[in-house]
Amino acid sequence: MGVMQPDLLRIEGLRTVFKTSSGLVRAVDGVDLSVPRGRTLGIVGESGCGKSMLSLSIMRLVPPPGRTTEGRVLLEGRDLLQLSTSEMRQVRGGQIAMIFQEPMTSLNPVHSIGRQLVEAMKVHSGHLSAKDLRDKGIAALKRVRIPSPERRFDEYPHQLSGGMRQRVMIAMALACEPRLLIADEPTTALDVTVQAQILDLLRELQQETGMSIILITHDLGVIAEMADEVAVMYGGRVVERTTARELFEDPQHPYTLGLLGSVPRLDEERDRLLAIDGAVPPPFAFPPGCRFNPRCPFSIGPCRVDMPALREIVPGHEAACLRAPVENALAMEMPQ
Amino acid sequence: MLRHVLQRLLLTVPVMLGVLLIGFLLMQVVPTDPAIVRAGPTATVELVNEIRRELGLDQPLYVQFGIYLWKLLQGDLGVSIINNVAVTQELAGTIGPTLELMFASLFWSIPIGIALGTVAGYWRGSVLDRAVTAFSVAGGSVPVFFLGLMLIWYVGFQWQLLPFTGRGGPLWTLEGWQAIALPALTLGGTFIAPVARMTRTAVLEVLSAEHVRTARAKGLGEGAVVLHHALRNALIPVVTLIGLQIGFLLGGAVVTETVFSWPGVGRLAVGAILSSDFPMAQGTIIVLSLGFIIVNLVVDVLYVALDPRMRGH
Repeated sequence: MGVMQPDLLRIEGLRTVFKTSSGLVRAVDGVDLSVPRGRTLGIVGESGCGKSMLSLSIMRLVPPPGRTTEGRVLLEGRDLLQLSTSEMRQVRGGQIAMIFQEPMTSLNPVHSIGRQLVEAMKVHSGHLSAKDLRDKGIAALKRVRIPSPERRFDEYPHQLSGGMRQRVMIAMALACEPRLLIADEPTTALDVTVQAQILDLLRELQQETGMSIILITHDLGVIAEMADEVAVMYGGRVVERTTARELFEDPQHPYTLGLLGSVPRLDEERDRLLAIDGAVPPPFAFPPGCRFNPRCPFSIGPCRVDMPALREIVPGHEAACLRAPVENALAMEMPQ
Repeated sequence: MLRHVLQRLLLTVPVMLGVLLIGFLLMQVVPTDPAIVRAGPTATVELVNEIRRELGLDQPLYVQFGIYLWKLLQGDLGVSIINNVAVTQELAGTIGPTLELMFASLFWSIPIGIALGTVAGYWRGSVLDRAVTAFSVAGGSVPVFFLGLMLIWYVGFQWQLLPFTGRGGPLWTLEGWQAIALPALTLGGTFIAPVARMTRTAVLEVLSAEHVRTARAKGLGEGAVVLHHALRNALIPVVTLIGLQIGFLLGGAVVTETVFSWPGVGRLAVGAILSSDFPMAQGTIIVLSLGFIIVNLVVDVLYVALDPRMRGH
């Protein structure tokens, strides 16, 4: 590790809410995170935990009636939430780019690959001739290892496989050399072998460009493969935050323990997988106190009263749990 | 693409045959006897019988239909029972004005309908959206003849702003435009509402699509997002529905032409049916159905042009 540099992105107290008929939905509820330069932050959690809304909040693309009401999103010290819409457009696709889960539907079916690719370049790179745009577009396809890019440039999304489309999405995202790539479940919809190829590609491109990555996933395998640091989300909040290595070696939050317990392993003999009891509560009906308490085997009285804040359990490892470290809790009482 | 068009053209043959048969049979169930119409009210029974033989009406139905088809293939649609003019000749004179009227109606109503629908869809739930929706419901509920009569009464008669009977001349002359203004407003006016409603629905659907989010994530402005991504994709269903609606518009043209004495196929059809001029009525049915078939063919071609997924590779 070289000299300590300030983080590329800092998120402070971010809150995104939806006003619905069933009440105020707090999709992202006071999230603090930071993304170091050139590294990968993994955000993991079940569906509905707010991880996708968090990424859309960073991009200021939360669909109505959602609104980001509080907090700061500092990209190299500049608060994105304070930018004008036109300044924010320059950030989108320019400094922060995004790829999504469904490569099948994330590309516009009626425009050619090339056209969608150069669209972003036109916005961010000023005036370029049609020839220059085409050359740059083909170069971008080449960079994500798409075979015969000249031909693919003029083809339409339906003529490409899922993996190829995700490569096109990545090419599009990286066309303008962003500092940060937000990848929201980039491999979930793909075949396992293609998944591995896409992850490899992302890693190589990260080494080439030095960009940071926020990798959003529900798949702990992907986290283990890719992430330097990890944030575990539950109920719109970050419940645990540490390095990837530390998370797998010494998980602190009962929810993380549950997640890890539900991963099948080949090196251990187990009759059945552990599952976390119950389901994620709907975000308009969070329980009082710790949001995980109804499902938590370690839950005690105070857990149902106060919402625990993130606190450092061991150096460089934070968890939002009254009972952490759970080894102590385990020593005190054996849960069923 | 060419193959696609040829396939569609081939498919129109059985459709056209069906149209001919139904048109022919419809004329048979009309209680009026064309031989009596032709012979006139004072004719003797012998004269009527002779005319019936002359017109081939004493033959079995399938023979009559066969003869009709055979003549049709040679471009002979028969002669009017009323004035002995060849049906093809009458039709040739009326197709032009009807095409003119259709063009003048669609020329302004489709763009306005699409624009209104896009605005309403983009600002969903806004006052604008509600206004457009209310207008669509109201506009869709007003019958063509009522709109036509209102325009005639106020614009044409009370305020004397525009002429309201007949055709004034070719479209490139001022008189031509003045004369077609009210009929085109009438017919087009009834078309805005369905186009706006379809566009609104289609735009709303596309706006929630993931590729629109991708477009925004690339940093595109809202103008580009709406025009190049939302509206461009929404046009695919809209064009299809417009094609279908034009069929109904042909029906509206019959009414509009009658109300405004516009010398088109529609008015000819109404006149022929009212006077039991069977060959003429059948001729107009053929032309109107052909028009519908051609519109659908054009829509099919447009559809392929708009949606690359429809192109064979």
